[in-house]
Amino acid sequence: MTINEIQDELIEDFAFYGDWMEKYEYIIQLGKEVPLIDEQYKTDRFIIKGCQSKVWLFPEVVDGKVFFKADSDAVITKGLVSLMVKVLSGHTAKEIAEADLYFIDQIGLKEHLSPTRANGLLSMVKQMKMYAIALQNR
Amino acid sequence: MEIKLKKINIEKVRADFPLLKREVNGKPLVYLDNGATTQKPQVVIDAITNYYSDMNSNVHRGVHYLSQISTDAFEVTRRKVQEFINAKDDFEIIITKGTTDSINLVASCYGKAFVLEGDEIIISAMEHHSNIVPWQMLCEEKGAILRVIPMNENGELDLEAYKNLLSDKTKLVSITYVSNSLGTINPIKEIIDLAHTKNVPVFVDAAQAIQHIAIDVQALDVDFLAFSGHKMYAPTGVGVLYGKKDLLNAMPPYQGGGDMIKDVTFEKTTYNELPFKFEAGTPNIEAGICLAAAIDYINDLGIDNIKAYEDELLEYATTKIKEIPGVRLIGEAAQKSSVLSFVVDGVHPYDIGVLLDKLGIAVRTGHHCAQPVMDQFQIPGTVRASLAVYNTKEDIDTFIAGLTRALNMLL
Repeated sequence: MTINEIQDELIEDFAFYGDWMEKYEYIIQLGKEVPLIDEQYKTDRFIIKGCQSKVWLFPEVVDGKVFFKADSDAVITKGLVSLMVKVLSGHTAKEIAEADLYFIDQIGLKEHLSPTRANGLLSMVKQMKMYAIALQNR
Repeated sequence: MEIKLKKINIEKVRADFPLLKREVNGKPLVYLDNGATTQKPQVVIDAITNYYSDMNSNVHRGVHYLSQISTDAFEVTRRKVQEFINAKDDFEIIITKGTTDSINLVASCYGKAFVLEGDEIIISAMEHHSNIVPWQMLCEEKGAILRVIPMNENGELDLEAYKNLLSDKTKLVSITYVSNSLGTINPIKEIIDLAHTKNVPVFVDAAQAIQHIAIDVQALDVDFLAFSGHKMYAPTGVGVLYGKKDLLNAMPPYQGGGDMIKDVTFEKTTYNELPFKFEAGTPNIEAGICLAAAIDYINDLGIDNIKAYEDELLEYATTKIKEIPGVRLIGEAAQKSSVLSFVVDGVHPYDIGVLLDKLGIAVRTGHHCAQPVMDQFQIPGTVRASLAVYNTKEDIDTFIAGLTRALNMLL
């Protein structure tokens, strides 16, 4: 599936949730799932510091595609991180660098990408794209 | 003298604050982030409008009518502040941008005049970053040493350790009156008296005290005291530095510019006298003038009545929150003011803040610009509910119900 196909699928999934409670319950559920990253990668080398919650991001290239593993110490952030990974992981560097991430806005979670949220999510998206651009130029 | 307390008419007080009527995320707002900033009463909002529609003009400059009335109004604030904290003279009141500005002013100017290599500045383990970093910068510049009074697990300062830190090398003690992250009320009088036995002046950061506790700078015999307007129902962008006359006179000016000079030639400039020596440039006139309206508002309610009301509310909130399993209060000093800081085992404060916001409840989460405090308690941050005079028991009930609901989702 392309990045946009995955985004559209997520938008469709979220349309089922009637109110914010259900939406957040789903995100929290995603956040509670097994660790998305090996403990060995939860180091300062892979950390993206938000002011409040921490995010770890570990990229690797397999067969010309970029795969991300990421995690957060806050469960809501972690849920959102896993959505982001679902959308961007497993594509070519070029596709990732050029991706327009419209799904967050459409599922009504735009506020989490605001710089004032200080949850590290915005920095993570930037970092994912930077990795992709760096890999693309390699 | 026994203080006679008057009951706060909470319905009337709430009606004074228009913003409290709004909804957030479809829910009636419960505003519990007063430690960050307070909402403004209609009298202050009216004063802002009145300033711009009736007297806007630069102060201390013109001979024209508008400049005179705005200057008069600005100087009324200075005298209101003087009365409010019982300063001896009105020129001991310096109008600044806020507490941070006031601290930086003293760190810079007192530092220039009095601090040398090897000297020591004492602060405490519960300071806000704004009462740490300016002193660190000064110490770095001068080769001076920063000493820190430790605190215990309840968030109370170790006064024995403080006594041992005070020495002939100590040049200044700078301490918060009320901790923004823990709510601890420090025994400021004792801290000042101890420093004075060694002839060391004391700076008190009263940013979290001025809106809750009656302050008499002469009775405290404090040397410097600072606070912000926006945490005491006034607009942002104005604050106060109180300093004893002799100390202020012995300090060089902070910034150069208009208003702070007597004569300027290219060879030499002579400086204006107090308080203008420390007030370079056009101030935030609107906020400065409107601070007077906020002080009037507090005086009408009575600061002791406010304290009694808020103490009762804090006690209620503390009892209620302790009933929730897994909640751990951070900061349980015997003397506390208006701050309920807590963590919940296994839950990140950020997640709690996000869900409370969805319920229309505004709290602060994070390290509250007091990272060393968080490090001591070995936590990434706390959730902080901080109270003002317009909060009610119903606010607390809504907050407790919201917290319970959030924890049900998160745990």
